[in-house]
Amino acid sequence: MTDIAIETEGLTKQFGGFYAVQGVNLQVKRHTIHALIGPNGAGKSTCFNLITKFLQPSSGKIRLNGQDITTTKPAALARRGMVRSFQISSVFPHLTCAENVRVALQRQMHNSFKFWKPESVLHELDDEVDEILKSVGLWDMRGAMAVELSYGRKRLLELATTLALKPEVLLFDEPMAGMSTGDIQMVVDLIRKAAEGRTVLMVEHNMGVVADLSDTITVLQRGQVLAEGSYEEVSNNPEVRAAYMGGHA
Amino acid sequence: MASKTSGNWKGWAQFAVAIAALIVLPFFLYPVFLAKVLCFALFAAAFNLLLGFAGLLSFGHAAFFGFSAYVSAHAAKEWGFTPELAILAGTVVAAFLGAVIGLLAIRRQGIYFAMVTLALAQMVFFICIQAPFTHGEDGIQGVPRGHFLGIVDLESNFAIYYFVLAVFLIGVMVIYRTVHSPFGQVLKSIRENEPRAISLGYDADRYKLMAFILSATIAGMAGSTKVLVFKLASLTDVAWQMSGEVVLMTILGGVGTMLGPIVGASIIVTMQNYLAEVGQLTLIIQGLVFMFCVLLFRRGIVGEIKHRWTQMRGGKDEPAHLSPGKATGETDGAPVTHG
Repeated sequence: MTDIAIETEGLTKQFGGFYAVQGVNLQVKRHTIHALIGPNGAGKSTCFNLITKFLQPSSGKIRLNGQDITTTKPAALARRGMVRSFQISSVFPHLTCAENVRVALQRQMHNSFKFWKPESVLHELDDEVDEILKSVGLWDMRGAMAVELSYGRKRLLELATTLALKPEVLLFDEPMAGMSTGDIQMVVDLIRKAAEGRTVLMVEHNMGVVADLSDTITVLQRGQVLAEGSYEEVSNNPEVRAAYMGGHA
Repeated sequence: MASKTSGNWKGWAQFAVAIAALIVLPFFLYPVFLAKVLCFALFAAAFNLLLGFAGLLSFGHAAFFGFSAYVSAHAAKEWGFTPELAILAGTVVAAFLGAVIGLLAIRRQGIYFAMVTLALAQMVFFICIQAPFTHGEDGIQGVPRGHFLGIVDLESNFAIYYFVLAVFLIGVMVIYRTVHSPFGQVLKSIRENEPRAISLGYDADRYKLMAFILSATIAGMAGSTKVLVFKLASLTDVAWQMSGEVVLMTILGGVGTMLGPIVGASIIVTMQNYLAEVGQLTLIIQGLVFMFCVLLFRRGIVGEIKHRWTQMRGGKDEPAHLSPGKATGETDGAPVTHG
């Protein structure tokens, strides 16, 4: 295995005549936290959706652990250990918290097509579900419908569901969006814990969080890579400062 | 979780009472009418499997109901199949038809899905007009009810009622099991949030197709059974109005509940039967009842009762979003929250 988990080569996405992402070469090293930042409209989310295969690139290649995944379907990608989160918290609103997590765990039982089996076969997952819910502090809410949770708790539930898959590569799309300051610290801690032994790629606006968590930062601007490096390197880069401030440094 | 066992016990008690009621009912009401109600109730329950639990609004379910009716009528009349084999033939054909239509329609979302199913169902309708074995406008008349397993004569109205009741119970149990199975759990998650289900590694299309085939199969089973009750398969069963009627029944009773479609079908069929004297007015009254229900209880009759009940006991809420809002891309006041 190479020590590069995710690699893109000349990744390009064209919407009509507009290049949302143009020739992006990205290398995410194994077992690191890599952040993708940039001003609004820089192509972060498009890039993210391309890597997770929710969008099909116009040209370029994407590799996961050295294997070409450019034409792999998103669900198949998840089964290969690469799981994404969404910008808005993405839960199953009218399932309970426990069921939300259980759906993720259920996949490994290979019974998800068995419409003739009773639901009770899923009870053997209950202990694991409880454990996962405890780890994000939602155990006491396990019987509540996800739709009833506060926004921050929905994000925690989403994270719990994602972690239940024990993914090798985690992709977070703005994990802190819409979270209160108190919740942010909790999620930062959870991501740090979850990242142990895993590779994380995240899109994030909160610079405090990026500085705190990231090993490597890639700055995108107008669909292209503007700079890459540690937080110190990137934050001292005059071009990056110009891109963010809109002026000339 | 603690009340699970007592809940189960209560559930079984209710189930036993319902079965007992269904067994004694033909002594008070006309058995053929009751058998008709059961056929449509099964049809609506099959439709609800798709709309209520997969969030897919099909506007072509008459194709499965009606075409299977022709198949089972032909099998019973021309080939001399026994009733259970005739129903089996209709059901199997519905499954294949469901696989073909499902495969073509499932790639589309929302209103486009509904339109594709409608278009394909219309093709089935025209095949039924043109094909010689359906006898066009005449339909297949005088279908013999035959002998169940070659032994029990179903000519008596009581016999056919209990036969239909058995088919109905089998169908409803299959639906119940499907909804409460590992598969049903994944299906519900896709209904709730499809991109998220995909990101967890589930190929949403395959699950939706499976649900579509199951729903079509049971709709076909209902249509095949109806043939034996009325000894007739006609174009009415396969026309688009039938697709609309089953949507009406399901929404009226309560989408996404087990009992809802059964209650909805009972109300619609009863109205059609007892209002038959007033002719065209039936449709107007039906329309008014539907409008009244949609305005006052969006969850449908059963859905609303369930909701009030759980609210009174301060328990967890049942899904209120199960209107076809998601399927038509609209959220008619009962929002689908993906956030």
